[in-house]
Amino acid sequence: MTLREIADLLDARILVGGDHLDIEVKTAFSADLMSDVLAFAKPGSIMITGLTNPQIVRIASIVDNSAILVVRGKIPPEETLTLAEELDIPVLSTRYILFETSGRLYANGIVGCVRKIEGPESVIPL
Amino acid sequence: MTQACECSFSVEGEKFAEAGKVSVEVKKMLKKIGIPDDVRRRAAIATYESEVNIISYAIEGTVKLEVTRDRILIDIRDTGPGISNIEQAMEQGYSTANDRIREMGFGAGMGLFNIKNCSDTFEISSEEGKGTHLKILINR
Amino acid sequence: MDVAFLVEKLGLTVRCGEDRLDREVSGGCAGDLLSNVMAGSRSGDVWVTCQAHQNIVAVSVLKEHACIILTQGRQPDTDTIERASQEGIPLLVTELSGFEIAGRIYGLLHP
Repeated sequence: MTLREIADLLDARILVGGDHLDIEVKTAFSADLMSDVLAFAKPGSIMITGLTNPQIVRIASIVDNSAILVVRGKIPPEETLTLAEELDIPVLSTRYILFETSGRLYANGIVGCVRKIEGPESVIPL
Repeated sequence: MTQACECSFSVEGEKFAEAGKVSVEVKKMLKKIGIPDDVRRRAAIATYESEVNIISYAIEGTVKLEVTRDRILIDIRDTGPGISNIEQAMEQGYSTANDRIREMGFGAGMGLFNIKNCSDTFEISSEEGKGTHLKILINR
Repeated sequence: MDVAFLVEKLGLTVRCGEDRLDREVSGGCAGDLLSNVMAGSRSGDVWVTCQAHQNIVAVSVLKEHACIILTQGRQPDTDTIERASQEGIPLLVTELSGFEIAGRIYGLLHP
């Protein structure tokens, strides 16, 4: 799905990155605890979170998330949005809760991040 | 394009709003000197978790980055309470974080586990009441 | 739909509460920030989280969740299992990520 389609599906506001709406998203990672994102999220995935502090932007930058989707109708504070603009990471906000957001995206073909497994098959989807 | 660099950053304890600043800088620097995506990402993740540990648990610390032709060395030292049981601290999900720390999104107990996973070699030593020292090596 | 149905359909591992799997499931809540879960979840919700420490049990009891599902193969510590057993809250574990398991549960709730 593109970011535009995700925004439409979830009735989301585009807070940062209105010019990046054609980015293609295939995977998602949802978390409120950032270490999990660092451990498991894959490059290109969309980060779905209820956190709004600037951490989410720094983490997204470190793991190369394609965008951040904030849930529960939260709007991140100015410092978070400014940092997102600086690091060129789109930020969206939806009123749906994390469970519903994940459910709807999953139902529309977005998958969770694959886990890398050692062995002849380098990547096996869960 | 320079292929090596050496620099040092200070991190202050309790400064949660600053967490990740050093890691983002490190990632940018590594990109500038042509370090490949995957290596850069691993270095940034290891730096981030180290930074957050200093902020969450220590008084202050230093992150030293040294890049040579074949490897990246990240050396982290902090002054603080230290870690009483390193083996336990290395367990995935083990955390001594309080509720306040968790509510900010930290304290998942994945820090040292993540650092180890991102490193090619990883050394950790700690003295209770003094502080902790990490040496992370990532091959280019 | 009850917790036993989810266990079967999603291949969940039951860490405690084997005798309470008949609890009714009416919705889902996903999240790791306890204050958000306290504010936003409802009675009968399945709570999907990566938090494995014992504070999660108190939240589930207060909000009358159907069960707690720990993600990414996270194992609850013994304190958590003990508390959950005492309070009659089934503790389940999945190898899947929070996104994946929430997605699948959502699909079962909204066929």
